[in-house]
Amino acid sequence: MRFRPEHALLPVLAAVSVAAAGAPGAQRAVELEELLRHDCGSCHGLTLEGGLGRPLVPEAMAARPPAALLATILDGRPGTAMPPWRSLLSVEDARWLVERLQKGARP
Amino acid sequence: MAGVAALFLLAPPGTAAEVLRGSGDLGVVIERAAGTLRIIETSGNTAIGRVEGLGDLSHASVVFSRDQRHAFVFGRDGGLTKVDLLEQRIVRRVMQSGNSIGGAISQDGRLVAVSNYEPGGVKVFTTADLELVADIPATFDGERRSKVVGLVDAPGNRFVFSLWEAGEIWVLDLDDPAVPAVRRFEDVGRNPYDALITPDGRYYIAGLFGEDGMALLDLWDLDAGVRRILPGYGRGEQKLPVYKMPHLEGWAMAGSRAFVPAVGRHEVLVIDTHSWQEVGRIPVKGQPVFVMARPDGRQVWVNFALPDNDTVQVIDVPSLAISRTLVPGKGVLHMEFEPRGEEVWLSVRDEDRVDVMDTATLKRVATLEAARPSGIFLTARAHEVGL
Repeated sequence: MRFRPEHALLPVLAAVSVAAAGAPGAQRAVELEELLRHDCGSCHGLTLEGGLGRPLVPEAMAARPPAALLATILDGRPGTAMPPWRSLLSVEDARWLVERLQKGARP
Repeated sequence: MAGVAALFLLAPPGTAAEVLRGSGDLGVVIERAAGTLRIIETSGNTAIGRVEGLGDLSHASVVFSRDQRHAFVFGRDGGLTKVDLLEQRIVRRVMQSGNSIGGAISQDGRLVAVSNYEPGGVKVFTTADLELVADIPATFDGERRSKVVGLVDAPGNRFVFSLWEAGEIWVLDLDDPAVPAVRRFEDVGRNPYDALITPDGRYYIAGLFGEDGMALLDLWDLDAGVRRILPGYGRGEQKLPVYKMPHLEGWAMAGSRAFVPAVGRHEVLVIDTHSWQEVGRIPVKGQPVFVMARPDGRQVWVNFALPDNDTVQVIDVPSLAISRTLVPGKGVLHMEFEPRGEEVWLSVRDEDRVDVMDTATLKRVATLEAARPSGIFLTARAHEVGL
């Protein structure tokens, strides 16, 4: 039984840079999904069920105002371990992530 | 002889060893996305098998039985799994909490403790069959439960751990497992995020996320209480966003100096282990995650949080200078030295690889395919306090 990594052929997270304005394209969406799973996941859990950071499952996210979630992603939450991601993510990236978290599926 | 016969009978065809072998050169690589363990051997630097069905392995860690045959795997989802490395199978698995972060094995090898986020506390099980022995809720402020971090084993069949929200360090004495005794140290500093114990088992040191400094407890003199060391090491400087919590597992100690990651800074701090004073800082490429000494203490290897997680730097200890900057690939999550230090294993998560490097030439000597690898753990840890 040879194991084949599901994403072995997908390009890895691109060099971090603020993407051009506009909704993330297909390529960027793949990168954001990876970031969410692995890098956000290192605090919030790979399955987003929570860890040192709070759970990010749709049930927890759906009721919160999108603007508040957007601000949390971009500017962090002072006094907690949540860092500001503005230097690594564009506003459009963050919007995509908010929608992704609230729906539990890719926008 | 009966045991040998059993090994033949139970070995899944084509996977487990068909001849007797030792387990002192074995190890495991966590494949975090797939919930699998890759079993590796360091004599020939090859993968010899895979064990599936371990659940959510993000941030998973592993300790080993003293006979180095069994691995105890602590999964994020609260799963605790006992794996037989020789038969390459799960022996027993229990779901012991909703959300777990790590664990430790007792000095006598009979108990395994797990630190939990949800519900916050520590649970202790027998290593023989994962039966619950003790349940210690991390309660503070009356009813609140704190997440538990930095759990290590300590001499005297004790476990020591820290409480993230409560800012406390607890020493759990299981000399008589039927009567667990806890000694609490309160107000040790804001948000301890991880901790380590020195290789002699004497000093427990918790890193603090909520303030600059660390909390030190001398386990030979508990009455002296917790001391704050390196207070205000970043005084007056703006802390950078921390995209990944540093880790303190793997006490980087060389001679009388210790090396620890600075939180939110592109620096490794150098501490004198007699005075516990800061004696230097080494500027590095990014925010350090793991700072690990080669077993002989001559080199210290550092990996980094985003956006520098493709890089590893090697510090030359005598000169305290960076001797080499390596770029193995995106997502270098963990490093594990072979016990005598001639080689180091690196996981390169985003490239689905594990590399083995020669630590003298700094050249790659082997590469193994692995699915989104994170932690690498070698069975030599079985005989190290705090690992």
